[in-house]
Amino acid sequence: MKEIVLALKGITKIYPGVKALDDVSLTFEKGEIHAIVGENGAGKSTLIKTITGAIAPTAGTIAFGGKEYQKLDPIEAIRVGIGAVYQEFNLIPYLSVAENIFFGRELRQGAFTDMKAMCAETEQILNELGVRIDPRARVKDLSVACQQIVEIAKSVSKEVKVLILDEPSAPLTNSETQSMFRIIKKLKAKGVTIIYISHRLEEIFELSDRVTVMRDSKKILTLDTGETDRKSLISHMVGRSLSDDYPRNESDCCETTLQARGLNTAYVNNITFDLRQGEILGFAGLVGAGRTEVARAIFGADAVTSGEILLFGKPVRIKSPADAIKNKMGLIPEDRKSHGVLLSLAIRNNITFSSLKHISRYGYLNKKKEDAVVHTLKENLRIKAPSVNQQVKNLSGGNQQKVVLAKWLATNCDILIFDEPTRGIDIGAKQEIYKLMRQLAESGKSIIMISSEMPELLGMSDRIIVMHEGRIVGELKKEEATQERILEMASGEAGGCGCNAN
Amino acid sequence: MRIRELFSKYGIYMVLLLMVVFFSVLSEAFLTPDNLFNILRQVAVVGTAAVGMTFVMLTGGIDLSVGSIIGVTGILTASLMVMGVPAVIAVLIALIAGVLMGLLNAFIINEFNVPPLIVTLGMMTTLRGIAYLVTGGMPVFGFPESFTILGQGYLGIIPIPVIIMGLAFLAGYILLDKFTIGRHIYGVGGNEEASRLSGVNVKKIKYFVYSVSGLLCGIAGVVLLSRTNSGQPKAGTSYEMDIITAVVLGGVSIKGGEGKITGVIAGVLIMGILSNGMIITNVGDYAQRIVQGLVLILAVAFDCYNQSRKASAGTLIRENKAAALNENS
Repeated sequence: MKEIVLALKGITKIYPGVKALDDVSLTFEKGEIHAIVGENGAGKSTLIKTITGAIAPTAGTIAFGGKEYQKLDPIEAIRVGIGAVYQEFNLIPYLSVAENIFFGRELRQGAFTDMKAMCAETEQILNELGVRIDPRARVKDLSVACQQIVEIAKSVSKEVKVLILDEPSAPLTNSETQSMFRIIKKLKAKGVTIIYISHRLEEIFELSDRVTVMRDSKKILTLDTGETDRKSLISHMVGRSLSDDYPRNESDCCETTLQARGLNTAYVNNITFDLRQGEILGFAGLVGAGRTEVARAIFGADAVTSGEILLFGKPVRIKSPADAIKNKMGLIPEDRKSHGVLLSLAIRNNITFSSLKHISRYGYLNKKKEDAVVHTLKENLRIKAPSVNQQVKNLSGGNQQKVVLAKWLATNCDILIFDEPTRGIDIGAKQEIYKLMRQLAESGKSIIMISSEMPELLGMSDRIIVMHEGRIVGELKKEEATQERILEMASGEAGGCGCNAN
Repeated sequence: MRIRELFSKYGIYMVLLLMVVFFSVLSEAFLTPDNLFNILRQVAVVGTAAVGMTFVMLTGGIDLSVGSIIGVTGILTASLMVMGVPAVIAVLIALIAGVLMGLLNAFIINEFNVPPLIVTLGMMTTLRGIAYLVTGGMPVFGFPESFTILGQGYLGIIPIPVIIMGLAFLAGYILLDKFTIGRHIYGVGGNEEASRLSGVNVKKIKYFVYSVSGLLCGIAGVVLLSRTNSGQPKAGTSYEMDIITAVVLGGVSIKGGEGKITGVIAGVLIMGILSNGMIITNVGDYAQRIVQGLVLILAVAFDCYNQSRKASAGTLIRENKAAALNENS
């Protein structure tokens, strides 16, 4: 048995209405690379945050360095030697590498910072990691890969004992990932414990000593990586039984409403697919696979560099969301609060915000017409609020989502794009949203649904398109779709095209 | 809880009432019809421009060039009239010039993505420089007698500048409350990206509000010129302070998206009463400045404090969102 550096005991985190972590106990050994895997929303991020002290657990303890903590705070965590490199770097772009590494604890000579000493020490740390970066270079001039190394070096300089890496390979190319692996292995050799979060299973098999699977806010199990394989890991990740409470679509017609032909944007490549009337077309893929970007491209929110969009067989030019709305499309964005609702405005103003033309003449609002529209939609969608003049910020997530949906229904659109329609919504409201989506499809609307929740995706979609690194890698009919197949395709296994989209 | 809500909704009117009572007690000369109309006439120029500023600030922007636009349009009108251009035409040209200056502000904000604070700060200095350059620093005068009506005339017992301000507020209220563009202005201020994704042409809205601000400054500039009956290159200097203070006092959030134009009327009146009351009670000019500066800070502090209270109530939800975003980036 190796020395245990960090032990979590019964960590539970409860948010109002959501159990984000459920009785998680986990130990980390000195000098091991410990991978944590799980689907989106399995609780990995919350777990990391309790270790770094960003959030306080509702129950449970953290044992580290011979002490037991009810909770860590971020400063304490850094002091005792817990470091983390997040997907968003915490670097200051206009400062040099050395200044970033010593930020907040600059070496001094008298009253002045001692740039020479900081550069020398930085150089030594970077040498030990086996990389060459000029300590005096400005961080903003470095590549993403180098910035990441600076982040790691920053932790190393603070004599880190446990280093958490959250999806470190996501922004890197293959060769950059390999050099990052070398650095990680060097740190391991020095006795640093690495906690490695990644969606890419191949990396986990290449790098880690042990792997912990999380699902539904719980720890499922911890395995020695050598004693498991890809298939069984996926089955542990997926694990749950499929519920049958998704309304079904019996129809299998119909006319094609929207066609995307070879769409390219800065984020996605060669997107081609058809959307039929009355169907729900699911988009599956890992986070960062480009699903949201496809939605934004179709909706005119991101610039399309080439390719075309056809509506009912006719090419259309969509250069802005306003164009998309004119063509009877609607987008329910994943980030509801900053892209979906207008929090400071009343429910009424939100609902009619995109359809003011229908209720006005020469720009003059007909408030009676507006009242009628708003009240009908409020009733039909069962938006729970004492008054339509209430600010949307006072509503629950589910009701806010209904307001966004109401906004598009008021425009009388044909095509609706739902991006993570039930994220952050409680179970009851989820079911309502599902029913509404199915009703809309049956009433002849075409629906695109992007979702990271497998049961939802499998339950709701009539067809599923799977994406990986900005490309479509496959399409599955409802009957052929299983969680295992989707996950395999989404992680780039079955889809072919191993190339890196950079 | 209830009381807090009441206060944040009607607090401004209570402050207005308190100030009226306060100065009435301090000085008998305050609460007379003459003095009240006097106050209204004094705030007319600032009040008219405050309507445009309300539009701009509702979109989350700011216009520091208002004082200079007032000055330049005044000088322009004055110079044209001195050159023999009929007053009506001169005024029309000045108003168009005001709109163009607003459009130029919006053009730089929209097309080069420069923060409004910087654009209009630069424009403030530039336009003021033009006013001095054109006049050589000397006043321009010698207008037709009839021109003074705008600034000094009465309709019945109501001074014309007050009527102009009233019409500006009325038009502003109707546009913001009864027209689709009003909804879009609030939307852009509340959340620009969400508005764009809802089909709003955000740039168009910004062109609109800055040109409205320019137009109303043009009107204010002409009224001011008519009142003083001489084109001063320094006319309107530091008006942006009074105008912004009045709008913020009136409850328009400096972050945009929230606030009502009816509140701005109260804000303008408070500024006017404060200044008039201080003159009547013999508070010196220097002390007045201190008070005005403090009022601006207090008004903004109140707004920001309210915002942060609301924000902290939403923290838990936002934390969840942040977690979700992290997984997504």
